[in-house]
Amino acid sequence: MLNIGLIMEKIADIKAILPFLLKGAVVTIKVTSLAVLMGIALGTILGLARVSKSKWLKSISKAYIEFFRGTPLLIQLFILYFGLPNLGIKLSPYFAAVLGLGLNSGAYVGEIVRSGINSINKGQMEAARSLGMSYPQAMRYVVLPQAIKRVIPPLGNEFIALLKNSSLVSVISVKDLTRQSRLVNSRTYQTFLIYISAAVIYFCMTFVLTRLVNYVERRLSVSD
Amino acid sequence: MIRVEDLHKYFGDLEVLKGIDETVEQGEVIVVVGPSGSGKSTFLRCLNRLEEPTAGRIFIDGQQINSPEIDINQLRQETGMVFQHFNLFPHKTSLGNITLAPMKIKGIAEEEAKQIAYDLLDKVGLKDKADTYPSQLSGGQKQRIAIARALAMQPKVMLFDEPTSALDPEMVGEVLDVMEDLADEGMTMVVVTHEMGFAREAGDRVLFMDGGVIVESAPPEELFNNPQEKRTQEFLKKVY
Ligand SMILES: Nc1ncnc2c1ncn2[C@@H]1O[C@H](COP(=O)(O)OP(=O)(O)O)[C@@H](O)[C@H]1O
Ligand SMILES: [Mg+2]
Repeated sequence: MLNIGLIMEKIADIKAILPFLLKGAVVTIKVTSLAVLMGIALGTILGLARVSKSKWLKSISKAYIEFFRGTPLLIQLFILYFGLPNLGIKLSPYFAAVLGLGLNSGAYVGEIVRSGINSINKGQMEAARSLGMSYPQAMRYVVLPQAIKRVIPPLGNEFIALLKNSSLVSVISVKDLTRQSRLVNSRTYQTFLIYISAAVIYFCMTFVLTRLVNYVERRLSVSD
Repeated sequence: MIRVEDLHKYFGDLEVLKGIDETVEQGEVIVVVGPSGSGKSTFLRCLNRLEEPTAGRIFIDGQQINSPEIDINQLRQETGMVFQHFNLFPHKTSLGNITLAPMKIKGIAEEEAKQIAYDLLDKVGLKDKADTYPSQLSGGQKQRIAIARALAMQPKVMLFDEPTSALDPEMVGEVLDVMEDLADEGMTMVVVTHEMGFAREAGDRVLFMDGGVIVESAPPEELFNNPQEKRTQEFLKKVY
């Protein structure tokens, strides 16, 4: 039997908790967006270093990527937020969160950029160089514009993963969606309702992000 | 125009060029033939330093090009190269392929670069393909665009590495025609090709390479009809 009264009560509960969760969602979006920007910038540099001729740049970039991919993000966040103060460096939770996610994402993006560049036929670089372009010019005008199309789908996956992984920053006292959920839960004990709502909000965010990536992918592929 | 002195090239321990000496005069058309793996491409690619010579000296226009002081990008502007697999830029139209380097390297204004490009498209008979992307061109058309692209930098020398080897037979002619026109205009050319017709028609001299050395060098009729070296005779018998 449907109990109208119970349903009305639940709706009232959701209405009460939703503002807290949405406030957290805004923080999640902010932290993730900044980390994405940082990841793209850092990852592009790492990817370019990885395919450069310099042995030195290559190995630094490789070591960086291997370290950040080979250790848990949670530990990386702990080092930044709880560890660095031992060395006299104290970061705010938000700064540590963006930095941690960004540094971590940079490693994955670097690997994506590297394989994107390597997927472009070597003849493209040679043709550009044979015309008299410098290495940076050939990269900029010939290789990267082609690589970018191949990089968008894996990059989209990486940023969706990053958005979900951002829930880890809740443990370094960033008031993101996950932490807000836990805070509300400790006050109301509407556990099931709260976490289902949080899941739905996360899903909406990844859903929008997926559509956005698909849109960019379609826009970029018009010339093929 | 080009002088090569005792050119050696190693890939690791493998000696691919074993001492090449050669001179190419201004306006001369040199055809290079030889079995696969004999070092033809490597030789050609040393001339614009897509491969770094291990030892020896190469002069173009009196300037030693394999010296540390040389501006490699400047050098390459003056030596156009055409590849077996075209290597057109797929994200650019024909026009974009041709104008990219003049605009980005020489800083030529877009309008002027386009004018140069249209003239070149006209020359290779593809004016109507200006706005077409490479994926919509046939092999022969791609290669003609690639030639136009190289010419847009107004090179003094043109290098061709088996420009018709990847083409369907019916498209070979259209590319060779463009190359013959270029030869008639007095362009200095080094062409790796097994097209004997082109060699006879446009070639001033044919080099036969084998095992990393130039075995024999002679005008086309002489080399094809009356080869002096045993290795040349055997190669010609096998190929033609
Ligand atoms: N980048 C390279 N690294 C190692 N070996 C190479 C490389 N390029 C060419 N070679 C070798 O050099 C030899 C000559 O090659 P190439 O100049 O391409 O000959 P051709 O053009 O006459 O077929 C071959 O044995 C080839 O395997
Ligand atoms: Mg070859």
